[in-house]
Amino acid sequence: MDPHTELATAAMIAAIVLTATAGDILTVSAMRNVGDLDRIRAERGLSGAAVAVITNGRFGLGVLCLALSFFSLLFAFSHRDLSLIGPAATSLTFVTNALAAKIFLRENVDRRRWIAAIFVCCGVALLAF
Amino acid sequence: MAQSTMTSRRYLVLAVITLTAAFGDTLLARGMKTLGPVSPRHPAELIHAIFSPWVAAGIVLLIGFLASYLSALSWADLTYVLPASSLGYVVMTVLARWWLREHVSPVRWLGVLFITAGVGFVTRGPSRTDNDPELPHAHEKELAVR
Repeated sequence: MDPHTELATAAMIAAIVLTATAGDILTVSAMRNVGDLDRIRAERGLSGAAVAVITNGRFGLGVLCLALSFFSLLFAFSHRDLSLIGPAATSLTFVTNALAAKIFLRENVDRRRWIAAIFVCCGVALLAF
Repeated sequence: MAQSTMTSRRYLVLAVITLTAAFGDTLLARGMKTLGPVSPRHPAELIHAIFSPWVAAGIVLLIGFLASYLSALSWADLTYVLPASSLGYVVMTVLARWWLREHVSPVRWLGVLFITAGVGFVTRGPSRTDNDPELPHAHEKELAVR
């Protein structure tokens, strides 16, 4: 790959990773705000659970970011191979999500979870070979 | 406070996340290869792509993925759900080797080993850690433990 192509590939992967991470964090934040969906569905039915999710503002923003990530992914698939874009974007998203979950969601990302994230990240990257 | 609230139904939800994400992405890639490169000057072509059969089938699977993903995120941490649902890559590699009879290099098998180890690590721990004060009932759970 020439430097221009490499830069374009890196930009496509960065766009997917950043929008996916923002979407995931906003969606998780919304779901925590809503509460356990299994319990809500048992109390208010499927439509009640759907309304509880859809009317949450953060969920709307999260879906917008995930939609941007989806179109970035479609765009990247039309230019590069799945075997390159898929593992690269997914493995980086594991690490950015773990960092963002610790900072923004205050999840207890202990040593076990860091090891898991890094193992999965390395494993997915190795699948590209 | 760490909680282990996993039931067989919840493991089933993780399995659905795993399979719909892996097969959904594959169908999207197959569809976009059929349509050819999209020019950055014509982003509307991406909207047109949605109506191609392969991409549409991929989207249907990804809607299933989103529904099960949201359900999982309502009872488990993001840093638990993401690694735990990454076994799809292992399933895809095994299917490629024994069903499609593709050559899978030793480096890719090493990747499968890493992912399996990562999933093993995270699923042996708690699914939820209640550090977030926004969590509904988090304070009550903390008081109950005390």
